[in-house]
Amino acid sequence: MSKEWPLWEVFIRGQHGMSHRHVGSLHAVDAEHAIKNARDVYTRRNEGVSIWVVMAKDIAASSPSDKGPLYEPARDKVYRHPTFYDIPEDVGKM
Amino acid sequence: MNHLFEFLLRQGDNVLVLGHRTSEWCGVAPALEEDIALANTALDLIGQTQLWLGYAAEVEGAGRSANDLAYQRDVYDFRNLLMLEVPNDDFGRTLMRQFLFDAFQVPWLTALLQSDDQQVADIAAKSLKEALYHLDRSSETVIMLGDGTEHSNARMQAALNYLFPYAGEMFADDATDIAMDDSGVAPLPSAMRAAWTQTVEKVLGEACLTLPDTAFAHSGGRTGFRHTEHLGHMLATMQTLQRSYPGATW
Amino acid sequence: MYAQMVKSTGKGLIARDEMTAEDRTFQDRIDAGEKIEPKDYMPDGYRRNLIRQIGQHAHSEIVGQLPEGNWITRAPTLERKANLLAKVQDEAGHGLYLYCAAETLGVSRDELFKMLHSGEMKYSSIFNYPTLTWADMGAVGWLVDGAAIMNQVPLQRTSYGPYARAMVRICKEESFHQRQGFHIMMAMVNGTADQKRMAQDALNRFWYPALMMFGPSDKDSVHSAQSMAWKIKMNTNDELRQKFVGETVPQAQYLGLTIPDENLKWNDDTGHYDFTEPDWDEFFHVISGSGPCNTDRLNARRKAWDDGAWVREAMMAHAEKKAQRRVAAE
Repeated sequence: MSKEWPLWEVFIRGQHGMSHRHVGSLHAVDAEHAIKNARDVYTRRNEGVSIWVVMAKDIAASSPSDKGPLYEPARDKVYRHPTFYDIPEDVGKM
Repeated sequence: MNHLFEFLLRQGDNVLVLGHRTSEWCGVAPALEEDIALANTALDLIGQTQLWLGYAAEVEGAGRSANDLAYQRDVYDFRNLLMLEVPNDDFGRTLMRQFLFDAFQVPWLTALLQSDDQQVADIAAKSLKEALYHLDRSSETVIMLGDGTEHSNARMQAALNYLFPYAGEMFADDATDIAMDDSGVAPLPSAMRAAWTQTVEKVLGEACLTLPDTAFAHSGGRTGFRHTEHLGHMLATMQTLQRSYPGATW
Repeated sequence: MYAQMVKSTGKGLIARDEMTAEDRTFQDRIDAGEKIEPKDYMPDGYRRNLIRQIGQHAHSEIVGQLPEGNWITRAPTLERKANLLAKVQDEAGHGLYLYCAAETLGVSRDELFKMLHSGEMKYSSIFNYPTLTWADMGAVGWLVDGAAIMNQVPLQRTSYGPYARAMVRICKEESFHQRQGFHIMMAMVNGTADQKRMAQDALNRFWYPALMMFGPSDKDSVHSAQSMAWKIKMNTNDELRQKFVGETVPQAQYLGLTIPDENLKWNDDTGHYDFTEPDWDEFFHVISGSGPCNTDRLNARRKAWDDGAWVREAMMAHAEKKAQRRVAAE
């Protein structure tokens, strides 16, 4: 059996200036092929204007057991969210 | 003869026939990614067919539609290149054919942007964007398969040897071409040969393939004088419903 | 549905006091509506069930290309050809998304293909029925995609993140599929006498196979309970089947077509239609390999795979050569 094409993760930036967003994965033999395949697979409905591909095995990810230490500290920093600050209604839109 | 009508049929039939052949891959390509890519190509070509044949029908002025032209003409009225009607055979031959055609379409459609006929220029503008991507993809695939394994190289060389004698037909000017050139609708196809040869030599070189040393060229497709036996079978399939149920609306 | 015969690997629903502490935490996360992600802890049974279910779903998409692909080259107009081709292409895309989702569970696409080709993994029974006339393109879109959507919409909330995300994308893309089929049916019933006959004939042949898509009756699905507790199955087979009948009957009436069931009638007491169950013997025959098209479908898939081997191999070989050349040049 021949070697399987590696797996790539695909990130696409849409029309409206948002960041690249992970849209899915696909198989391709190299980066150029992956970009072409991404164009054909993930932009069939005019979804994107810019494509990034990364070999799935090259993605470094936080491990699930770190979830607590990584994210919980942010959870009590409620002052980072606008709703933390009570502003009287008569001040108007802020 | 209405040369403009004839010219438009040639453009429309090329993409109709190639689009049909390409659509035969749906569901059975070597990988899902390639399956989806081939369907995109076929969809582009079907879309282009609607534009070219729609305009052809308008120019003809006989009350026929693009669908009438696609589904109600017989072999001797088709004006596509022979190269586009021969069977797909394997994936290699399919992509080699796509490449040889794309390498022509890109300079051809680019030239048609300057057409004095605004509708021709508009259709060319839309088609060119698609053709550029097709060429990009087909050249890369031809290179990958030509410069892949020993086995794949042999298959691609065989595909090239089979198709090459059909390629010359693209550049054979005739009375219609001269009339189009005179009226500023389109340049002579022969004027594309240099650009085509340059692309083909470059890509086939990278693909480790050898251009067959022959000047022989089949002919008869774009004039409609003599198609291959394959076209009749394709039309029998493609036109079956329109032929079996005349007058029905689908 | 597309995963209608997934046998749970466990022995039915595992009671809470039989669970390990880890499994209890896992179940709590699911009950709280959290998504399970690839690297999270998951019980072995959950992983194996998901691989089978997502794999079967993916296989159904790509085997499902074949009965409709059968008519792409015979589509009656350029518009219909483009619509059908786009739809069948979407199915390849859906297969691709689902294979990728399955891959996050530690099985490769090639391995899944191998299991499909060997018959070890199944695909939906519906695709073992032949498409004989153009009206079948209408019936498949209307009924088969209609049934599929009914199953897939709730799966967007399934507990496994990659599967749920694939389903979101699939549902978004699939919204035109059923309409495409119904549109074909509308043209047929408003057409000539031959076309009307074709439309009725297609409904006659696809009605019961469409009902079978939801899988056997709940009382015969011993493994449903565990899958529902894990939220990899969101509704029971009978619930979805009943819902499908309820939505489809008025559509058939609109088309002026007759559903081939003499017992079909509205029941005021239950607030649902009473209808005849499909022939479950036939269903089990089709699932175990003896449907009208099983052999042809599998052979077509195997042939495509074998014929494409040299291409996949050559492209990989080329990429490796290119990488080596790049290294040598540096």
